[in-house]
Amino acid sequence: MMHAGGKLDDSFLFTTLENVAEVLRNNPIVDKLKDNEITRKVANWGLTSSLWPMTFGLACCAIEMIATACSRYDTDRLGIVFRPSPRQSDVMIVAGTMTKKMAPLVKRLYDQMAEPRWVIAMGGCASAGGPYNTYSVVQGTDLVIPVDVYIPGCPPRPEALIYGFLQLMEKIKRETPFILEQRKIRGVK
Amino acid sequence: MLLSYLPILVMMGIATAMALGVLFFSFLLRPRNPYKEKLAPWECGLEPIGEASAGHFKVHFFIIAILFVLFDVETLFLFPWAVTLTEKALAIPIFIEMIIFIVVLAIGLVYAWAKGALDWV
Repeated sequence: MMHAGGKLDDSFLFTTLENVAEVLRNNPIVDKLKDNEITRKVANWGLTSSLWPMTFGLACCAIEMIATACSRYDTDRLGIVFRPSPRQSDVMIVAGTMTKKMAPLVKRLYDQMAEPRWVIAMGGCASAGGPYNTYSVVQGTDLVIPVDVYIPGCPPRPEALIYGFLQLMEKIKRETPFILEQRKIRGVK
Repeated sequence: MLLSYLPILVMMGIATAMALGVLFFSFLLRPRNPYKEKLAPWECGLEPIGEASAGHFKVHFFIIAILFVLFDVETLFLFPWAVTLTEKALAIPIFIEMIIFIVVLAIGLVYAWAKGALDWV
């Protein structure tokens, strides 16, 4: 579509909307914008201020997760609003014992979340299998999907979950928000 | 007179520009990484079974639900009516009114029945 010199081709006039979007998204100006420190800080601020977790209660930790969202601990004040769909959420809280039957579902739901996405392993079971060292339990969420924050406890108190969220926010602030572009991960379609 | 509405126009313009600007900037900066698993239909993490067009909810449930709501509300009206029916001065007029109300609803039910809304197809 673009010549080496950066001159627009004739075919650009008769192109599809998708190609126009591609040119808009991938050009030196946007690259420069993404390299800018202020843009990164603003983007990270936006990401940390609206962490939308996916409700993913697998066992008793889910009760504590629900309590965290309710009025006493009230995660809404931190911009944490629980969403029922992976398409709308940024964080997956694996709350509870993940059985081997559930593991492919966790993987698929993680895949269906939009980037950027993070994972919190809540409780001993999600972190390392907990007391269930048995044939049916996955010994840790990190065997299935990458985990950002581990929260110990059986189950962890709501304060612990909020602390986990705060730790995740600190982590996000240190990350670059355009990591996929840097690593040239463009997806296949 | 018309000029006094100018602030509203300005506000609407700013609001529209803000909304479009935010959408445009997030379009420029957002990561885009589609792959097969991500684009798969979301069915609570399970493998989708069958065609999406085959799993539709029957429209017939809607008709039954509407009929239910109709008579649910009728029952709701009957309770306060039954309480006030003990007052002698009001008893006769509101009794007639309620009979008319029930008859109107009954006509609706008969109509739905005649149209075949109660037959499960």
